[in-house]
Amino acid sequence: MATLGSFALLVALALTVYNLFAGTMALRLIATGQPSRVAPDRLADTARRAGIAGFAAVSVAVFALVWSVFANDFSITYILEHSNRALPGAYKFAALWSGQEGSLLLWAWLLAAFGFVLRLTHKTDVKLYAYAGTILAAVQTFFLAVVNFAAPPFALMKGAVPDDGNGLSPLLQYPEMVIHPPMLYLGYVGFTVPFAFALGALMMRYPGEKWIKITRVWTLVTWMFLTLGIFLGMHWAYAVLGWGGYWGWDPVENASFMPWLTGTAFLHSVMMQERKGMMKSWNVWLIFTTFLLTLLGTLLTRAGLVSSVHAFAQSSIGTWFWVFMLIVLAVCIFTYVLQRDHLKSDQQLESLVSRESSFLFNNLVLLAACFVILWGTLFPILSEYVQGSKVTVGPPFYNRVAVPIGLFLLFLTGVGPLLPWRATSLRAIRRNFIIPSIALWGTAIVCMIAGARPWKDGAFDSGNFYALVGFSLSAAVFAAIASEFLRGAAVIAKQTHRNLFAATVLLTRRNTRRYGGYIVHIGVVIVIVGLAGAAFNHNEEKELGVNDTISVGPYSLKCVGFTQDSNLNFNSEYAMLDVYRDGKKLFQMTPEKRVYLASQQPETRVAIHSVVGWDLYVVYEGTNPDTGQPIIKAFLNPLVSWIWAGVVFMVFGTFVALAPSATPATASLRVPATQPVTAEAALKGGD
Amino acid sequence: MRTGSRSIFWIKSAQAVLLAVAVCFSMGAGNSSERFTDLGHRLMCTCSCAQMLGECNHVGCPESGRMRNELSAAIASGASDKEILASFSAKYGATVLAAPTTKGFDLVAWIAPFAVFAAALLGTILLVRHWSIGRTAAAQEANPAMDALREKIRRETDSGNEGDI
Repeated sequence: MATLGSFALLVALALTVYNLFAGTMALRLIATGQPSRVAPDRLADTARRAGIAGFAAVSVAVFALVWSVFANDFSITYILEHSNRALPGAYKFAALWSGQEGSLLLWAWLLAAFGFVLRLTHKTDVKLYAYAGTILAAVQTFFLAVVNFAAPPFALMKGAVPDDGNGLSPLLQYPEMVIHPPMLYLGYVGFTVPFAFALGALMMRYPGEKWIKITRVWTLVTWMFLTLGIFLGMHWAYAVLGWGGYWGWDPVENASFMPWLTGTAFLHSVMMQERKGMMKSWNVWLIFTTFLLTLLGTLLTRAGLVSSVHAFAQSSIGTWFWVFMLIVLAVCIFTYVLQRDHLKSDQQLESLVSRESSFLFNNLVLLAACFVILWGTLFPILSEYVQGSKVTVGPPFYNRVAVPIGLFLLFLTGVGPLLPWRATSLRAIRRNFIIPSIALWGTAIVCMIAGARPWKDGAFDSGNFYALVGFSLSAAVFAAIASEFLRGAAVIAKQTHRNLFAATVLLTRRNTRRYGGYIVHIGVVIVIVGLAGAAFNHNEEKELGVNDTISVGPYSLKCVGFTQDSNLNFNSEYAMLDVYRDGKKLFQMTPEKRVYLASQQPETRVAIHSVVGWDLYVVYEGTNPDTGQPIIKAFLNPLVSWIWAGVVFMVFGTFVALAPSATPATASLRVPATQPVTAEAALKGGD
Repeated sequence: MRTGSRSIFWIKSAQAVLLAVAVCFSMGAGNSSERFTDLGHRLMCTCSCAQMLGECNHVGCPESGRMRNELSAAIASGASDKEILASFSAKYGATVLAAPTTKGFDLVAWIAPFAVFAAALLGTILLVRHWSIGRTAAAQEANPAMDALREKIRRETDSGNEGDI
């Protein structure tokens, strides 16, 4: 299988290189009109077919690796290091992306799969697809070269083959790890497609905004996968790492968040180009930046430039990524400089207070947030270069710098939909903002009365202050979005004699893009509420013997015993804690500690009881070596479940936005400019 | 008269809100300190787990227990936060601090994000103003033939894609 896999990867590289060169030659012949022995159209078609065949070849390599994992072929170094005989089936499958070589193979395969779909649907616009397919082939060539020469997944081990492997890292033996990395990779890899279309459209001076419309589905789906990947990673960190949090501003987390921010900015600003023919250069650079950030994140963590809890070991592939990134950047700059006249905006902004401006400021804030994270991630390297010593840029830095920017972004999320296109009047602003303003101040007052005050023990507490602002802004944004829905739904309800719920559904169906976007915004608001809850986390830690109790919040946890278990993969020890509230027993929690046999590494399994208001989160920390007593740490984490619920809304909203509208989404062009949502817009659509 | 009474209403409402905020801000303010938790979240564990000292809880950590004891002792000795952070930094190196200091080159870490954000904000406002002025000028030099051609190209290239977005 190792031979088959290696051969398949070489074949895939050869086919992709052919795709790249034949595609480039064909496009050049078409562009210059030079005569040739082979018709350019036929040459381009052979290039496309080579790309399709390349996908089949990479698929064979992936199959060979997965097969080898299941067959326990420890002669392959990668499998020796990332699997063992007792590893459960699902995690054997996950071994594919648990190490550097395998994850790069997964990246190459997903890229080939995206390319496969793109090349099959080429009839949508043959020439543009040919450009995009060729650019995609260039990216594929890089990744296939890396897995063939720099990080080969089928490298054989030297010497005698051990009877069993080293096993998968215990931290990765968790259900989320079977889906979190593929989701994240789908997000990273997916941005290659809009990048390829943007660069292709620029190279061929493609008129109009059709390339944006073609890539809209790709971009939205990619964004959704990246969102899911990030949040699944957060949930994994929450449930496995056992520190009671879900986001630690680790460089790997930052690496995934940066392209999400620029991708989100792109999703917003393309609307300006579609609707107004504006921000063409901006959009092109946003997607270039997003693609480059996916590469930079990979470079940062794999080249060992920054230390991270989940960074792969330092290796030589950093140089490959540096070189490739510089080539990509050079090509982007060269193409842009050459073709920039083509990107002249059709229209320009009329007013600082308009929907267009809000998109512009939204982009600005998203990019500022991206810069802050990039800056924080790279500052240790910069500091070492300037001062000769590294510094740590941890959560306190991001909490002080990124959180205010995030809250400003939340503010814009609420303001944007309330502003009409082109320009507005003071009267319209006052009318649209009155309900959100009441919600904002009402929530602020209620929160402070309930105890969420920005003062703690006589001193200013920034965590509580941000939480208070977060809750208040979330209420305002929710009120703004809800009023948008209700205003439209009320008109439909009146004209079609439906109830308000049915009218809201119809309203959404008539303009899925707009209202799907609003549902995503509601999801963001719910997530922010959940994140703000972290300001009120508290925990208790205690050495707990049998019949001892520990109290946290309204709960009392009584230890009724400790027990052990073992299987072929790990030995486990867990505490049995009866949970009481107001003297009444509610349920039992069993936080666990495991030691994996193959790697002899320990792992924590947190017990979580989640309700709408909070999570009761219990960690069995181990045994105090001095007293021999088990240590239990119990957290009461408010509103955590809101984060996961918010993601569900975000994904649902994305699906709604992807669904075709019941009526064409162009009717809003007839909507008067000074009305944010009118009866006509509600009935006929508009984005 | 009606405008005047409305203004008074808004002023009174604003005063009421401010009063409520002030009352709520002052409620429950106390003096007790949670310096251990606070300082534990301004220091990193040095065992390479990349977690803050106050949150490092992995089994068998060779550093966090000892560091926490040192922190408790330092607080008990009456040292100020600044002195405690300085002593940890001197003993374990600058990487023990969870965030850059506000001295020397470290200050750049704090200033740069806000400077860039402010510059970008100013740039955006100037850009919008420039566009607004440019729009007026462009309207005077409009070329209807070119606009019609551009619209025709867009219609042709965008056809067949309506309704799906």
